[in-house]
Amino acid sequence: MNKPHSNKAWFLVLPVFILVAFSAIVPLMTVVNYSLQDIFDVSTRYFVGTEWYREILNNSRLQDSLVRQFIFSGSVLLIEIPLGIGVALMMPKSGKWSVISLLILALPLLVPLNVVGTIWQIFGRADIGLFGWALNSLGIDYNYAANPIDAWLTVLLMDVWHWTSLVALLSFSGLRAIPDAYYQAASIDRASAWAVFRYIQLPKLKSVLLIGVLLRFMDSFMIYTEPFVLTGGGPGNSTTFLSQALTKMAVGQFDIGPAGAFSIIYFLIILLVSWLFYTAMTHSDNK
Amino acid sequence: MNKKKTIGLSVYILFLLLPLYWLLMMSFKSNQEILGTLTFWPNEFTFANYMTIFTDASWYMGYINSIYYVSLNMVITLLVALPAAYAFSRFRFIGDKHLFFWLLTNRMSPPAVFLLPFFQLYSSVGLFDTHIGVALAHCLFNVPLAVWILEGFMSGVPREIDETAYIDGYSFPKFFTKIFIPLISSGIGVTAFFCFMFSWVELLLARTLTSVSAKPIAAVMTRTVSASGIDWGVLAAAGVLTILPGVLVIWFVRNHVAKGFALGRV
Amino acid sequence: MSWMAWTTPSALFFIGIACILIGMTYWEIVSPCIARKGFFPIETTRGDRLFISLLSAAFIHLGFIGFTEVTIWLPFTVAIIWLLIVMKWG
Repeated sequence: MNKPHSNKAWFLVLPVFILVAFSAIVPLMTVVNYSLQDIFDVSTRYFVGTEWYREILNNSRLQDSLVRQFIFSGSVLLIEIPLGIGVALMMPKSGKWSVISLLILALPLLVPLNVVGTIWQIFGRADIGLFGWALNSLGIDYNYAANPIDAWLTVLLMDVWHWTSLVALLSFSGLRAIPDAYYQAASIDRASAWAVFRYIQLPKLKSVLLIGVLLRFMDSFMIYTEPFVLTGGGPGNSTTFLSQALTKMAVGQFDIGPAGAFSIIYFLIILLVSWLFYTAMTHSDNK
Repeated sequence: MNKKKTIGLSVYILFLLLPLYWLLMMSFKSNQEILGTLTFWPNEFTFANYMTIFTDASWYMGYINSIYYVSLNMVITLLVALPAAYAFSRFRFIGDKHLFFWLLTNRMSPPAVFLLPFFQLYSSVGLFDTHIGVALAHCLFNVPLAVWILEGFMSGVPREIDETAYIDGYSFPKFFTKIFIPLISSGIGVTAFFCFMFSWVELLLARTLTSVSAKPIAAVMTRTVSASGIDWGVLAAAGVLTILPGVLVIWFVRNHVAKGFALGRV
Repeated sequence: MSWMAWTTPSALFFIGIACILIGMTYWEIVSPCIARKGFFPIETTRGDRLFISLLSAAFIHLGFIGFTEVTIWLPFTVAIIWLLIVMKWG
């Protein structure tokens, strides 16, 4: 890949640059300004230096929600990536059923985030929802509104329901790109199904899976609407993730200064993780 | 082996469809029935919940607002992302890799981080509570994604085609609209689908940047919670109606979805 | 602009970042850089090394602010030294 060098290409990128810069750079600079001050209103504000950062970094509630966030995003990846690959392997490769299952798989992805929350809010209730009713009649005491573990598991199950399809569709398109000759060679060698997966399919899936891991990690790391609708972050703080803690602080309590500092720290974590993933991705492409 | 696969897939699809079925069926029930007994099929089939939505302007305007800003967002995103993706796929220029990564970070950063200044910024330039305002805000995460997908599709088109066209005397704009865009039409369809999807499902920004005249359906739905409890039937009907546009859109791109989900990279 | 709540230190900070970016662009035009491998496990260009050092500078500052009481100039010095090391040998 030897692309010609031309700085004129900047003119083609300029509209995107201006558009995104308007919504990204100005707010980011403003957040930095907020984070350094104690703000009461536009004219009454005091410079406090790095005080808010110190407070946020030592705030145990926020540390808890950071840990909770990492556990949540980790479990999301651990469940959705293998399950997604599995579903993709089970899908018919071509024909009518392939298209039908593709369409059904894509369905949850198109449900608005708050409706996802609503669907599971209804589905999980013991009085009006099938899931909650079924669990309770099996003798399992399940109530996502009162029991932190149930709430946590419901949020996780909801995310699996909502997003595993994305991984499955990514892997499916990766699998379809493998030429038939590979499979024929494998069947001549009498390779086991596991060997076919390990040495033919998985290597081919690597680049799409990295996209999947990146998107899933990032989106679960900023999850807000679904748990907000389902549990409102409770019971207690058991399902309060970072975005919700931040929104509560910024919009609910209007603590602009600390919320600014929190935003910057949050953003830096995102920047670090997405840089690591992105570097891993581009380097696996080059090899 | 094949039988096992079919069973496995069927179980998974059942898991996907059951909650949706429950929602759909609930939307045809009256509130007494919903709260009274647990039934798999409505005893009394009613369209009352849907009638509530279709006859109340504050309800159906929510849908119109959402569709309006989502369409605007799709048009803006494609218009700016097409040339940019072409630049990324065909040329190297100063800062190209860093620019690309910077664009992606905007897809990755949580809207919650920018919430407060967003509100201030859009109010100060007069975009608060307008459709174009929400559309522009959604460009923040849709444009980077669109550039990413389109760049993948465009890299699949051999560069010889560009060169031949220039030798044949095509100017850049003519080549781009007459030859290149038809070549990647499936990629454009898939990109439009993704823009639709992420703009349609987003709530936090859409809700914060609107109050009355551009209020999205997602925000309207919170109205079902009133003093007398939650109006489950209407809530379910509203939920069903938010899924329908997505079903329509995905039907149009069904043949390209698989490739599109790999962002054109396989 | 008043809603952006500017302060002198943050304005200086952003002017500094802008100057660095302009300087790096100018440097790149005058003498284009070739990716090379230093003590990082990946090949890096000048721009990559700048990004790595700025990002780690941010975390160095956060670490010092959050968990010690020392003056802000100490992490600042550490970050500058780290930046020079990365740019030279990274």
